[in-house]
Amino acid sequence: MVRNTSGDATLRRSLISGLAALGATSGTAFADTAWNFQQPVSPIAQQQFDLHLYIFWICVVIFIGVFGVMFYSLFKHRKSVGHQAAQFHENTTVEVVWTIIPFLILMVMAFPATKTILAMKDTSAPGMTIKVTGYQWKWNYDYMEQGFGFYSNLSTPLAQIENRAPKGENYLLEVDNPMVVPVDTKVRVLLTAGDVIHAWWVPAFGVKQDAIPGFVRDSWFTAEKVGIYRGQCAELCGKEHGFMPVVVEVKSKDDYAKWADEQKKKVAAAADDPHKVWGGPDLVARGEKVFNDNCAACHQATGTGNAAAKIPALVADAVVLGPSVAQIDTVLNGRNGMPSWKQLSDTDIAAAITYTRNSWGNKAAEAVVQPAQVLAERK
Amino acid sequence: MSSVPHDHVAGHGHDDAHIHHPSGIMRWVMTTNHKDIGTLYLWFSFTMFMVGGVMALTIRSELFEPGLQIVEPEFFNSMTSLHGLIMIFGAIMPAAVGFANWMIPMLIGAPDMAFARMNNWSFWLLPPAAILLILSLFVPGGGPAAGWTMYPPLSVEMGMGMDLTIFAVHIMGASSIMGSINIITTILNLRAPGMTLMKMPLFCWAWLITAYLLIAVMPVLAGAVTMLLTDRHFGTSFFNAAGGGDPVLFQHVFWFFGHPEVYILILPAFGIISEVIPVFSRKPLFGYASMVYALAAIAILSFLVWAHHMFTTGLPTAGLLFYMYVTMLIAVPTGVKVFNWVATMWRGSITFEAPMLFALGFLFLFTLGGFTGLVLAIVPVDIQLQDTYYVVAHFHYVMVAGSLFAFFSGTYYWIPKWTGTMYDERIAKIHFWSSLIAFNVAFFPMHFLGLAGMPRRIPDYSQQFTDWNMVSTIGAFWFGLSQLIFLYAVLKCIAHKGAKAPAKPWEGANTLEWTLPSPAPYHTFEIPPVIK
Repeated sequence: MVRNTSGDATLRRSLISGLAALGATSGTAFADTAWNFQQPVSPIAQQQFDLHLYIFWICVVIFIGVFGVMFYSLFKHRKSVGHQAAQFHENTTVEVVWTIIPFLILMVMAFPATKTILAMKDTSAPGMTIKVTGYQWKWNYDYMEQGFGFYSNLSTPLAQIENRAPKGENYLLEVDNPMVVPVDTKVRVLLTAGDVIHAWWVPAFGVKQDAIPGFVRDSWFTAEKVGIYRGQCAELCGKEHGFMPVVVEVKSKDDYAKWADEQKKKVAAAADDPHKVWGGPDLVARGEKVFNDNCAACHQATGTGNAAAKIPALVADAVVLGPSVAQIDTVLNGRNGMPSWKQLSDTDIAAAITYTRNSWGNKAAEAVVQPAQVLAERK
Repeated sequence: MSSVPHDHVAGHGHDDAHIHHPSGIMRWVMTTNHKDIGTLYLWFSFTMFMVGGVMALTIRSELFEPGLQIVEPEFFNSMTSLHGLIMIFGAIMPAAVGFANWMIPMLIGAPDMAFARMNNWSFWLLPPAAILLILSLFVPGGGPAAGWTMYPPLSVEMGMGMDLTIFAVHIMGASSIMGSINIITTILNLRAPGMTLMKMPLFCWAWLITAYLLIAVMPVLAGAVTMLLTDRHFGTSFFNAAGGGDPVLFQHVFWFFGHPEVYILILPAFGIISEVIPVFSRKPLFGYASMVYALAAIAILSFLVWAHHMFTTGLPTAGLLFYMYVTMLIAVPTGVKVFNWVATMWRGSITFEAPMLFALGFLFLFTLGGFTGLVLAIVPVDIQLQDTYYVVAHFHYVMVAGSLFAFFSGTYYWIPKWTGTMYDERIAKIHFWSSLIAFNVAFFPMHFLGLAGMPRRIPDYSQQFTDWNMVSTIGAFWFGLSQLIFLYAVLKCIAHKGAKAPAKPWEGANTLEWTLPSPAPYHTFEIPPVIK
């Protein structure tokens, strides 16, 4: 996990000196200990980091001021040094002043905070959107626009948790499938949950948002540095609450595109095996549904097309009754006004084609088209 | 209602301590005497403080190093939940009511509390509630493990331990409401002739305002947990989106109670500190009127800030801004109080007996907790810190170093009046320094843990948090054991092992209780004093 660098070195030094009383532990033992926010890698996290130090130092100054006065008084106005008590007990001017000055200081604090809030809440114009769902006790990442998604589970072995094995470097902060995002891209996350309330938190991005069952909330981040960033569920969600980390891998845009492509291929591969040989009636049955879902809007459920809109009828159509290669090519790549349907799986396309070849009185010579034939035509 | 008896013969009141009440255990069960009931509240509070403390040490033991060693995660979660509930409802609130019972009648020159029998009932509701809470650990499904905040839907999933907790909350709420009605009525009706509201000791003002807060918010909490109960058992969907409800509704209702609640926990402490600091500075409290206005302002603002506990639930932008601004605004009246306390000491003639030491410890550490509260009020910063150990550090600075230290201060201040014996100054000072240092060893590192990203309510953590957790655990045990010194100091007074206390042991004191002999007779001010 990324921790302090020069940015908070001053704070760190001051805190260390303030804690000199804790002599029980040597300085070196704390070399790897965390003191401040993680190093920010998003603009919002950076603003949060700076805002915290800004407020912190204002508080330190006030604290020293107020307690400087108190300790001066405790030292000088003791009975044991013979100090006689004054008997004053009010002063309107002073009281008004120390009501107004804190108010002004608060305004100085509120101004930059307001600016950051407005930026934080602006989830408009994202480069991509990922839906995050919390479950007891894992996360699901759904890349809705790209049609794939996966679960992300703790990968720390039980033996480490139960102290039967030495703990690894990322103990409790490691998962099997991290969320992957491209660098320098505004990522909007939509959050919800499947059971109880969880909270998705990546400190380095400055995002913490509750995931609420039955409702969708959104947040956003732009990761500015390639790397692996780790956080945890931040809302008590049951017994394994401490064991559902959030891990996000930020990749370069090229690496991300490669990764996304692999994911899509995996999904396609997992969906239907394109090498399976189907029976004709099975393909027709499936094809009817595929056709009605995707094709019937133009070609009509009766296959009669729409002459007014220049949509050809499929009944007795030459391409439908002819060799399958031409029809597969039409469906994969589109033709005239017809769009490409290559996002459908090989099996769905084969089924739809087979359906058209055996319906509405069509009796094509090549009656059944197998998914493998569609696969062969894909470029 | 026991009105001020006008027909008593002067002097009679000092002599009848052994005549009018049963002895043995029945004295305590049947008592309607404000001093006895105050004592019951304080001992109940200390007992719960020990029970909650054992739970805290269980938590700290598990967190001593990474990995699961001592308890299972589910049990760990019931420990954090019950520790919170028991310390808030079982330790701090009853302690404050104990002080109110003992001191308010004596501070305003009243013979007793206004509703003496209801006073008895207010107290005796508490032990059954405490038994329900502790019993919840031993029923099928285990104790409530959804945090003291009991957020649904998690709390709807819990076993029957949650039901026992809900009933305990109902009972404690009823007790608090009756106690508050009693305190308000006593203060408004039973003040000695000549004691106008603006002449009252500030402790009474603090409690008067606290009592109104309690009456306003305890029914809200009862409503929230009742909705939880019907969601759990009777098929309602207040907090279930699938039935048209909203889980976040619970949080709004809960924190509408919960935020005034934190002022309920701290205002009586402010009251004690406002009594102690002038006495040991030998100088009148600075800005009495502004202290009263500040108390009232804090109480009113406390109703307008509840959603600052919910900044990560996805509030609209306008909501974030409103709750941030109003929360920050609370710093103004709180600041006024701190400045007034410091100004009270300024050019005084200060001595450092145990009550004053604890008051100073309170002032220093409570203010530190106030500053971390200000940091948490800043929404963008809170987004990082919400539900981390930083929050745990913050509320222990205001609740332990705040409320608890004030109660220690008040105990040492008034125990000569309660027992007739001076406490042992040396032991009390050891108690103070030991508690002060141990407290900071236990809780200061939690700021770093929170900043570095350690969530609260987890039984195990990644390794970069190890060092501070070890330090914190050592401090926690040290702090817990230090409280046995307090117990010893108090028992010594009760056993009359110590110097006999004069009627007024504190040079700078001038409130009414010090006009009575020490120990205070069983019945006091049967003839009201006249305040000029």
